[in-house]
Amino acid sequence: MSLKEKLVSSFMAFEDTVDVHSPIHDIRSEAIKTFETEGFPSKRSEDWKYTSLNSILKHDYSVFPKNENALEFKDVKKYFIHEIDSYKIIFIDGKYSSHLSQTTHDGLDVCLMSAALTKPKYRLIIENYFNKIAPKNGLSSLNTAFSAEGAYIHIPKNKLVAKPIQIIHFSTGNEAALMLQPRNLIVVDENSHVQIIERHQSLTDNPVLTNSVTEIFANKRAIVDYYKIQNDNENASLIDNTFVNQKQESHAKVHTFSFGGKLIRNNLNFYQNGEHMDSTMKGITIIGDKQHVDHNTLVHHIEPNCESHQDYKGIFADSSTGVFNGKVVVEKEAQKTNAFQSNNNILLSDKASINTKPQLEIFADDVKCSHGCTIGQLDDSALFYMKQRGIPEKEARALLMFAFSNNVLDSVKIPEIKNRITSIIANKLGVNIGFDL
Amino acid sequence: MLKINNLHASVEDKGILKGINLEVKPGEVHAIMGPNGSGKSTLASVIAGKDEYEVTEGSILLEGEDIEELAAEERAHKGVFLSFQYPVEIPGVSVTNFMKTAINETRKAKGLEDMPAKDMLKMIREKSEMLEIDRKFLSRSLNEGFSGGEKKRNEIFQMAMLEPKLAILDETDSGLDIDALRIVANGVNKLKSKDNAVIVITHYQRLLDYIVPDFVHVLHNGKIVKSGGAELAHELEAKGYDWIKEEVNA
Repeated sequence: MSLKEKLVSSFMAFEDTVDVHSPIHDIRSEAIKTFETEGFPSKRSEDWKYTSLNSILKHDYSVFPKNENALEFKDVKKYFIHEIDSYKIIFIDGKYSSHLSQTTHDGLDVCLMSAALTKPKYRLIIENYFNKIAPKNGLSSLNTAFSAEGAYIHIPKNKLVAKPIQIIHFSTGNEAALMLQPRNLIVVDENSHVQIIERHQSLTDNPVLTNSVTEIFANKRAIVDYYKIQNDNENASLIDNTFVNQKQESHAKVHTFSFGGKLIRNNLNFYQNGEHMDSTMKGITIIGDKQHVDHNTLVHHIEPNCESHQDYKGIFADSSTGVFNGKVVVEKEAQKTNAFQSNNNILLSDKASINTKPQLEIFADDVKCSHGCTIGQLDDSALFYMKQRGIPEKEARALLMFAFSNNVLDSVKIPEIKNRITSIIANKLGVNIGFDL
Repeated sequence: MLKINNLHASVEDKGILKGINLEVKPGEVHAIMGPNGSGKSTLASVIAGKDEYEVTEGSILLEGEDIEELAAEERAHKGVFLSFQYPVEIPGVSVTNFMKTAINETRKAKGLEDMPAKDMLKMIREKSEMLEIDRKFLSRSLNEGFSGGEKKRNEIFQMAMLEPKLAILDETDSGLDIDALRIVANGVNKLKSKDNAVIVITHYQRLLDYIVPDFVHVLHNGKIVKSGGAELAHELEAKGYDWIKEEVNA
């Protein structure tokens, strides 16, 4: 039985675990039909030309983890940004861990999707926002069909949330192979500000496939800063589907740091429904071995006077492969749009590759849109210069690579995140030097 | 300090150095002059350990040790410093952090702890003042957008920070106006001691008015064809290089 067949036939069993009379379930039932029709994307689809899911779909994944597992904080502390006070929504093998979490209902809701989908007090928000911007394609529909758990965050208006919120999914390897479908909903109301950190972490070598959907609504003048730390084990794969809907004068930033995992696909879409807003997408990818990271972005400029900024840096060693496909659509009404996109890559080996494709569809005539992509190697003359000053080859290469990707970190507002990212990079590059450039 | 015996070196099988002999003792300043293409910069690169150059014959001894097999960074750790003719721009790495990394890596190679941040800052302040370098300049990306003069002054600043035993200044005077030349030369003179040595590679004599050499060597077609005292530089300035070529060819 293929994974698709297994998932479709599992849906009936899933129905036993949820309230089939809730309006949400109509959405789920519709979604499983879509998944049944669409299935998993194949390389025949233009959007998936350079990324094949075949190698990760062949495992016999458990779709519903049987046991609840416990983890001790001290054993997984290193995966938290533990230096700062934060709200935490933590899942272990797809199940909520109240032990590791710190949620709140005090003036804002930082809690669970399972609660939001079932309790009357969240009904209005769910009705207005749930599954409103996730596209009706195979992967998102699959997630919608099985949507039951994840993070639910609602920030009411005029609220500056001082503490960042960490969403972490651990998988313990209790199952021989595990598939997860986390579903997050984040609604940030007028004039509010929230910072969110998301991480998926497998703790064993057993295969894990996560197909995550996050819908983010940045309402009028809201500020959303979202950080994705992707540094998972070599048998863990992630398909991250994140959709951001923005209203006027809002600012939304998503930083994606991809350093580990077998296969990562980031589908990141921004929809600009309003004027005078900006959307920022930035990423650093540093991978090796046979790892694969694919960034597929879309910014949809619908109304005038808005900006978007995309800056993705990639460094590929060994036989690793990368994809960047950045699409910018500027509608006819979206005059005075400023849209910038850049994708710079370094290939460290003859076997590494990157496919980079900017895609601009501009229907307005008074706009500024730019895009640029580069693919290069490390500069030998710079390496010799650094070595001449006593910096050994490995450290010199690391410093050059870090300098290459460094500007992506400029817009990271939480110093502890910046420090964590730099130490992951140093670790990844096998050096012990400070990068306080 | 440095002893070069019958050094032959080539790049991509093309012979450039064809039997160089040179001995530099502690406390000495040697100038290497010569027309374009004579091999001056190649000699500097070969001593510093640039990979592209292959030593095909002869030896380079630093304090009695053959350094030919050593990587560029290992030579640097032993006190070899090259002031580049064309300093490389390294966007994203500040002058300060580059220097910190260079000094601490050198210390690490010698089995020493990192230099305490306080001492590092003090040293940076002293040395940058000596070379009249603005503090703001130190937080800029290394050499990126620097003028020719700023790049060269920054090279000598790095030399002052690293305190090498053997400093090779490759065309350090090119691109310098007279004020910058004086500052740079003054910096080099302050760093001179009886324990270290300087090789000045230059096409023109004017830098040698400020950094007075003990010996002047003329390089032509990969060989040192004439050596003398400081007066040889003046002679070259007055008469050009043609007479040397004629002398060699005669």
